[in-house]
Amino acid sequence: MNRMLKNVAMVLPVAMLSLAGPLRADARIPVVSDELTKTECSACHMAFQPAFLPARSWKTIMATLDNHFGEDASLDEATRAAIEDYLVANAADAPGSRTSWMLRGVGEYDVILRISEMPWWVREHRGEVSQRSWNRAGSKSNCTACHRGAERGYFDDD
Amino acid sequence: MKTSRTIRQGLIAGALLVAGSLAVWAAPGDTNARQLIAQFSAQAGSTASAARGKALFTGRHTGGKPDTPSCTTCHTANLKGPGKTRAGKVIEPMAPSVNPNRFTDSAKVAKWFRRNCNSVLGRECTAGEKADILAWLSSI
Repeated sequence: MNRMLKNVAMVLPVAMLSLAGPLRADARIPVVSDELTKTECSACHMAFQPAFLPARSWKTIMATLDNHFGEDASLDEATRAAIEDYLVANAADAPGSRTSWMLRGVGEYDVILRISEMPWWVREHRGEVSQRSWNRAGSKSNCTACHRGAERGYFDDD
Repeated sequence: MKTSRTIRQGLIAGALLVAGSLAVWAAPGDTNARQLIAQFSAQAGSTASAARGKALFTGRHTGGKPDTPSCTTCHTANLKGPGKTRAGKVIEPMAPSVNPNRFTDSAKVAKWFRRNCNSVLGRECTAGEKADILAWLSSI
């Protein structure tokens, strides 16, 4: 009995770690690997990695480019469709996704369009960023203001 | 003295490399500001006016989207310097005098006129307006 308890005591912490989600210390978000997406979606902001949002969010964004967060970001249909296919195939809820943990707290029918409104993002940044830093960054969509490795998928360097 | 074959081949390769590098460095697009101004002016049936272009570009408009009342909202009033998007990304200077790559890609010009005129004015720019804007930017 004692030996069994000792074994469990050794194994339990490690087993619990596996439930905690990715080890954030070396978590890396898969980069934007499609050249067209990278080119067209980085003119005004960093090309956000598709792993950050579920497919339904990407589809809505790509269907409303003529009013993209207050601006016209429209594309010719062939380009638009190709980019949408890439984003959906690599979304947080796509088969094989390594970022499905980002969907925790997101209702099945919620369509969040801003990465900065995803529950994990709000939690991650709450209490972490001074007002001065927010002012310097200017916008919550300006990841690289604080995360120098953001485009390469590293967000723990802040 | 006969040049050896190796040296000759080396010289040819070197010359091709230099020529190739120059071609890339010159970044040939499919057009330039002067050509575009001529095309838009012909379409409009009027002569381009840099003064009109300046008024249009630097003016404040109400027909477009609320966050972008003017072209200067993102490009700033100093077209020889960088602009900044609302998301904080740097926009290279618009004036061809400091940024020679500007207006050398007709598809890119068409795309950004389409988007930005809709954002700022709430409509497409006319051919005359495009000519005027390009004439003004080329004069800076």
